[in-house]
Amino acid sequence: MPRSSTRTRLNRLGTVPKVVVDVMPKPEILDPQGKAVHGALPRLGFSGVTDVRQGKRFELELAGEVTDEVLDQVRQMAETLLSNPVIENFEVRVEHSEGAA
Amino acid sequence: MRVGVVTFPGSLDDVDAQRAVRIGGHEAVALWHGDHDLKGVDAVVLPGGFSYGDYLRCGAISRFSPVMAEVVEAAGRGMPVLGICNGFQILCESHLLPGALIRNDHRKFVCRDQRLRIENTRTPWTSAYDEGAEVTIVLKNGEGGFVADAETLDRIEGEGQVVARYLEVNPNGSLRDIAGITNERGNVVGLMPHPEHAVESLTGAGTDGLGFFTSLGRLVEQAFS
Repeated sequence: MPRSSTRTRLNRLGTVPKVVVDVMPKPEILDPQGKAVHGALPRLGFSGVTDVRQGKRFELELAGEVTDEVLDQVRQMAETLLSNPVIENFEVRVEHSEGAA
Repeated sequence: MRVGVVTFPGSLDDVDAQRAVRIGGHEAVALWHGDHDLKGVDAVVLPGGFSYGDYLRCGAISRFSPVMAEVVEAAGRGMPVLGICNGFQILCESHLLPGALIRNDHRKFVCRDQRLRIENTRTPWTSAYDEGAEVTIVLKNGEGGFVADAETLDRIEGEGQVVARYLEVNPNGSLRDIAGITNERGNVVGLMPHPEHAVESLTGAGTDGLGFFTSLGRLVEQAFS
């Protein structure tokens, strides 16, 4: 039996709604971390990678249904805190993972 | 003048900044990140360090600390604010200054006596310098690369908002060799090098940084309401 706190998070599909925010450095902004990873790959014997960009992934677990209003709120969070719009772009999407059985 | 120096969790250079304020002839007032008032200070320094462990982005969490709401409001009224290194990052995250600071292009932490040219001497933090003065001030940062889009860079250069530029060596990949900038009004200054570490001949490369703290004295007769 799922704990009640888990059960309340399950939606109609029996899944835990999760909103994912991907934050990436803007294409025109230098990404030194991505460059470092790109430089390390051939040293480890991995070839054929022509570029690496490193970003951040935020997974937000939400208390209720993911409505358009909720997604708007998440976009505000992304603009305000999760990303710096001066140097980063972000994408918001909903992911459904299997709830506890 | 009474100059507040904010301590965030992870600030490193707050005590040095207080000391520099005193050597510059002013009273240093310790401010805490959780404060909801500025204790009646006339100016504020945001010191260097690694506030909130640089989590998320440098300065991104500090920006939302209670004291920063007061600093942003006071800056809007014209209060002089100086952000050094991490303080510069906080000012950019707060949108008090344009642009952002990213990881050094060479990916290494840099610590060096840095030659600079002071290009704007009309701010309350730089009026003690001669325009075009070349100085040496220690620089130490891992994420000091100043970036902004080309349009913003053109604008801040055109409006004379570049306060200091790197000479001889660009130590961190900052676009157009920019080491420090000011806002349109000229009361908020962000600087990546550390003038508070260059105020006594006993330590460091000299006293070229002292001007950032003595400049405030010239404000005493001026009103900034």
